[in-house]
Amino acid sequence: MATQPSSDLTRRTAAQLSEALRAGEVTSVEVTQAHLDRIAAVDGAVHAFLHVSAEEALATAREVDARRAAGEELHPLAGVPIAVKDVVVTKGLPTTAGSKILEGWVPPYDATLVERLRAAGLPILGKTNMDEFAMGSSTEHSAYGTTHNPWDLDRIPGGSGGGSAAALAAYEAPLAIGTDTGGSIRQPGAVTGTVGVKPTYGGVSRYGLIALASSLDQAGPVTRTVLDSALLHEVIGGHDPRDATSLPEDLPGLVAAARAGQGGDLTGVRVGVVDELNGEGYQPGVRARFEESLELLRRAGAEVVHVSCPHFGHALAAYYLILPSEASSNLAKFDGMRFGLRVEPTEGTVTAERVMAATRGQGFGDEVKRRIILGTYALSAGYYDAYYGSAQKVRTLIQQDFAAAFEQADVLVSPTAPTTAFRLGEKLDDPLAMYLNDVATIPANLAGVPGMSVPNGLSEDGLPVGFQILAPARADDRLYRVGAALETLLEREWGGPLLNRAPELATEGTTR
Amino acid sequence: MSTTTPPLVDYDEAISRFDPVIGIEVHVELGTATKMFDGASTEFGAEPNTQVTPVSLGLPGALPALNGKAVESAIKIGLALNCEIAELCRFARKNYFYPDVPKNFQTSQYDEPIAFDGWIDIELDDGEVVRVEIERAHMEEDAGKNTHVGGATGRIHGAEYSLVDYNRAGIPLVEIVTRPITGVGDRAPEVARAYVQTLRDIFRALDVSEARMERGNVRADVNVSLRATPEAPLGTRTETKNVNSFRSVERAVRHEISRQAGVLDAGRTVTQETRHWHEDTGVTTAGRVKSDAEDYRYFPEPDLVPVAPSREWVEEIRATLPEMPVARRRRLQTEWGYADAEMRDVVNAGAIELIEATVAAGAAPAAARKWWMGELARTAKTEGVELADLPVTPEQIGQLQQLVDAGRVNDKLARQVLAGVLAGEGSPEEVVTARGLEVVSDDGALLAAVDEALAAQPDVVEKIRGGNQGPVGAIIGAVMKATRGQADAGRVREIVLERVQQG
Amino acid sequence: MSTISREEVARLAGLARIDLTESELTRLAGELDVIVDSVAKVSEIATEDVAATSHPLPLTNVFRADVPEEPLPVADALAGAPSAEGGRFAVPQILEED
Ligand SMILES: [Mg+2]
Ligand SMILES: [Zn+2]
Repeated sequence: MATQPSSDLTRRTAAQLSEALRAGEVTSVEVTQAHLDRIAAVDGAVHAFLHVSAEEALATAREVDARRAAGEELHPLAGVPIAVKDVVVTKGLPTTAGSKILEGWVPPYDATLVERLRAAGLPILGKTNMDEFAMGSSTEHSAYGTTHNPWDLDRIPGGSGGGSAAALAAYEAPLAIGTDTGGSIRQPGAVTGTVGVKPTYGGVSRYGLIALASSLDQAGPVTRTVLDSALLHEVIGGHDPRDATSLPEDLPGLVAAARAGQGGDLTGVRVGVVDELNGEGYQPGVRARFEESLELLRRAGAEVVHVSCPHFGHALAAYYLILPSEASSNLAKFDGMRFGLRVEPTEGTVTAERVMAATRGQGFGDEVKRRIILGTYALSAGYYDAYYGSAQKVRTLIQQDFAAAFEQADVLVSPTAPTTAFRLGEKLDDPLAMYLNDVATIPANLAGVPGMSVPNGLSEDGLPVGFQILAPARADDRLYRVGAALETLLEREWGGPLLNRAPELATEGTTR
Repeated sequence: MSTTTPPLVDYDEAISRFDPVIGIEVHVELGTATKMFDGASTEFGAEPNTQVTPVSLGLPGALPALNGKAVESAIKIGLALNCEIAELCRFARKNYFYPDVPKNFQTSQYDEPIAFDGWIDIELDDGEVVRVEIERAHMEEDAGKNTHVGGATGRIHGAEYSLVDYNRAGIPLVEIVTRPITGVGDRAPEVARAYVQTLRDIFRALDVSEARMERGNVRADVNVSLRATPEAPLGTRTETKNVNSFRSVERAVRHEISRQAGVLDAGRTVTQETRHWHEDTGVTTAGRVKSDAEDYRYFPEPDLVPVAPSREWVEEIRATLPEMPVARRRRLQTEWGYADAEMRDVVNAGAIELIEATVAAGAAPAAARKWWMGELARTAKTEGVELADLPVTPEQIGQLQQLVDAGRVNDKLARQVLAGVLAGEGSPEEVVTARGLEVVSDDGALLAAVDEALAAQPDVVEKIRGGNQGPVGAIIGAVMKATRGQADAGRVREIVLERVQQG
Repeated sequence: MSTISREEVARLAGLARIDLTESELTRLAGELDVIVDSVAKVSEIATEDVAATSHPLPLTNVFRADVPEEPLPVADALAGAPSAEGGRFAVPQILEED
């Protein structure tokens, strides 16, 4: 463990920082500065951030400290800094979604979840790296360079939200926001040894998230502990009239569920193992850790049953039709007319049509073009029924599978990702192999149900593995209860958090 | 592709050999306070881009939130057009790239319109009633406005460019699509015009839109095709876009019939295409060819949830529907006893409500019509304003007519009273008092004036005595002049004749 | 089942308004062929009797009150524009009228 006080602060959980701040033991400026220092020291190697907003973060921290000093009643997380995935629009802070086409764009408005972070007094440290427009599972598709996994800098941090997960794993931030369209919160969580939660669809407002696939996207917490996720989830969740798909009701009791789970007792909880999300294609170490975690849950009193979700085998295919289709339409607005990059054709007449095509041709990366063309194909006349229409039907079948499974179990579980972090560049030229990373996380997005990834050990290669918990729509609290219980039981065995076993990162520059 | 344009065929000639089929798509901008999917104001005439939010600008991250009032208005329109109201319907995205479409897709309804399978009776000028079947009425959003800037001053590579204002982007629209209108023969242009006019009246009666044609609140696309006989299958149609006045609707249909007849006579086929209407020259020109390239890739809008109007809500709305214009017009015509031509003039002048209120204020229907279609219509024309915009209320006209009916003012004085009211001098009663305009019917005052006039014109008196009543007018004129018009002309005539006989 | 030709990719790129280079066209034709082959199996299980799900959770009738909100200040609206003039967005000439 590091000994410097600023370094100590970066090792604390958000819940611990919250308590220290409330007790007057530290100030938000100290906490925020400690994280900015850490970013300065390690982000050259990790590259979790696309933009660091030191000034703004410290200004917020000072304001929170002043209000606390004045005796104001503050939100429990007030003063705890946070990193925000660059797909979330932030007024006054550059927002690129990892794309060249948005280079230099400064949004004139805040996403609803950002408004809520600001209202609660969380200093925003900066914007985190991601696959361009959240298309990818490795963050290698960022137009601004890849993010490196703090466990092994030659490996991917997962994606699309590799920046947020890596920021947590590298102690650059105690909290981060991610978005999950097919696993982009959970899979990076799994491969970096951090916690990530995809809430029930509609549980967190999508207003201000640069849309990838509207019917699948959901923002959620990226943290190092289950309790921290619950605390953050309660800040950003709840109904938003600006998002028509936002749930009308709040989903309370998340923090309470996490605290209850920390007791480690799961008596009476029925845990369903999804047989289709295990076995062939899953790394042996991943399967071994999964079995051990099941045994822990059993010992904690849970009843472990096996359930079958026969249509999950078609989830990946349905997903790779629905996502590109919706994305092809959502990304149409990036045309060089109203904001962002504008490229004029080098020869011939300069017409709006040609400028749009030139801008999109140069502004979008390979994976984005690939998916837009695929989506355009799936929606085009004559193919709609076979592709997009069929995929929407598969979605119904997957929902039915979930409904049947949740008759038998309170939560469903599986490994989060089939493998640990692979080497940078390893799957870059094989889109299908890349897509397989999300095979276990995608069904939840198709059905709109919530999911969590909790670190549950290291594989035979010494890299972290994640345990996925899924709950019925609106029953996000179950994730927190079971997730916190598993975390507690595992940490008892390990004698501390899994991240303690991550190698120390070399630091550069000076810290205060 | 042909290079020469075949000559137009004379309309009567064309119609004698071809059977026209028309179809009309009307877009109406709803008069809601805010846009379809965001809270930006819809007030007309604001400075460019001052009525936009991240949503109407299509900024990254923005999401639509559906205006409930717009849905209610769409249901009202559907019910007024005798449509079924969908139990559940969704929005869809119509994907196409165009700079005035901020998201590069229009949020519209596609295969699930909120209203469908309706009809509306329209009345032609001669009173013939034609039933137009409505295929659907659906909700969608308007686009922004491009202003073309020409010439070498353009900043973009020295070329021409456009300036875009997104104030209009996202204004709620309802698009109403007819089924093919067949069997109307040579009256097709008139039917098209009367249909759009009827819709305009309905929008106003429902209070869902100001429906001002000159502001583009109501825009029509007219489809026209010709076939050899009513039994033949439908011919290839053209769609003439954005025809924005009643007269133009009629002219555009007429022109397309003549043009297509020319194409067919030349042995060619009509191209399925959109066409542009040129108000100044009265012709249409070719626009986009409908081709395979036009692939809108519609799919259900994932950002909006389905609209499922409960039957209770629909019935509640139905109960609030006002009487429809054609029915109301017929009822009022009967009640007022107007001739068809009179009623038509009243309708065309937009004077129904004014006359109705004037009658309610105590004027006889004939008198009310005389005021609004006579003196007031002339004034409005001179001033270049709408009748309703004149600074006089139907109540005031009612009061004025009551003064006439009571004999307190004659016609000439009444016009002076009206001038006073229009000049802002107050109510008719106030103007009469202030200007001293009451009719002088007291014989004493009149006798003196008559005697004076007779004395001044002895030759005229001789003529009258000789049995020639013609010159009586000259005496009356003199008396009226002397009394500044306030004499009761009838009474003056009686007194003149009495005095001449006596003398 | 599928064979996505280079010409088909070019047509799709036109619809999607993306300039693609010759090498991109060639590469994408190959990649899309593989992807489409692997996802096409959805049509095998998506039989007539299965309803399509367009929204993950079944909400209906979410309406906003017709009450105006503050607009974006014009300066903010135009701040990110590549080109603007007189309060409006300046865009290259529009050839194809709609
Ligand atoms: Mg149309
Ligand atoms: Zn339309």
